[in-house]
Amino acid sequence: MNPSPLSFATSRRAALLALCLIALVPHPLTAQPAPAAPVRADQPWARATAPSQSVGGAYVTLTSPVSDRLLGGSSPVAGRVELHEMRMDGAIMRMRELGEGLPLPANTPVAFAPGGYHLMLVDLKQPLVAGQTVQVTLRFQNAPPLDLVLPIAPVGAPGPHAHK
Amino acid sequence: MNRRALLLAPAALLGAAMLGTAAYLQLRPTEDDGGTGVASIGGPFRLAAVRRDVSDTEFRGRFMLVYFGYTRCPDACPTALQDIANALDMLAPEARSRVAVLFITIDPEHDTPAVVQDYVSAFDIPITALSGTLEQVAAAARAYRVYYAKHQKPGGTYDMDHSSIIYLMDKQGRFIGNFTHETPPQAIAAKLRTAMG
Repeated sequence: MNPSPLSFATSRRAALLALCLIALVPHPLTAQPAPAAPVRADQPWARATAPSQSVGGAYVTLTSPVSDRLLGGSSPVAGRVELHEMRMDGAIMRMRELGEGLPLPANTPVAFAPGGYHLMLVDLKQPLVAGQTVQVTLRFQNAPPLDLVLPIAPVGAPGPHAHK
Repeated sequence: MNRRALLLAPAALLGAAMLGTAAYLQLRPTEDDGGTGVASIGGPFRLAAVRRDVSDTEFRGRFMLVYFGYTRCPDACPTALQDIANALDMLAPEARSRVAVLFITIDPEHDTPAVVQDYVSAFDIPITALSGTLEQVAAAARAYRVYYAKHQKPGGTYDMDHSSIIYLMDKQGRFIGNFTHETPPQAIAAKLRTAMG
């Protein structure tokens, strides 16, 4: 410790700095949130892919009882699962990976649907065949991982129940 | 990530952004259409299907629905092709046979003729699947005023941005209308019926 006397202003600054540092250190009470609230998944589905297609889109509506964040996912049939946002800029389709994950505000359904967010199954090891199902596990910041079994709808289907 | 990669990543992103901007400036629609009042969309192209070259002239006498996309597009592209399939289903078989559907990839580096051919086979209508060299695809896209750009991601992968437009061309290959992947199939079918007279 520095033995030299501190002025009032300096010591106040030091105290503030100390407080800031304490705030950065994980505290036993805040580092482990109380039993993580599971996220609810509604209407999970995926789109069929052509035999040589290396990526597939999957959709679900997520509702978390507390503020959380979807970080990513995995699937036994894909090399990796990415979170993507598709948006139209006039007639131009732009697709971006959500590198920071996707916030899930408390009690607010967040829908993955054609024309918006989708889960992108990348480097598919096998095609997604309409009528079958595909397994995806989602990873969250706080909530426990969520195992989904997604029914596979035909390739251009606009939703899970389309039969064309 | 090592220091070198950290330094290179922003440079790569900036490069991609500049290329995208250049492509946009080059491909954006121009005002000049020769004073005819008809937008000059479409024109000659030479592309590659599996084991053969395909040019625009082989579709003369048929209406063309032309869509530029890529096979690693899980959203807009399948929606557009399914919309077209649904629209054609609404036509009488005779009318349906007078329409050629073309899917042209804007990602020929990944989408070889075989890959696009396989992709369109997932839809239950006949679709001519086309790829080509980078130059051939760029020329076709330019003719159709289609914008596309590669968006490089860390790790060497990339996404593509592209115009999502379904072009309707008449029997002489002239532009007569356009739709997007959000157009209801009924509207596409109605426009086709009108165009066929």
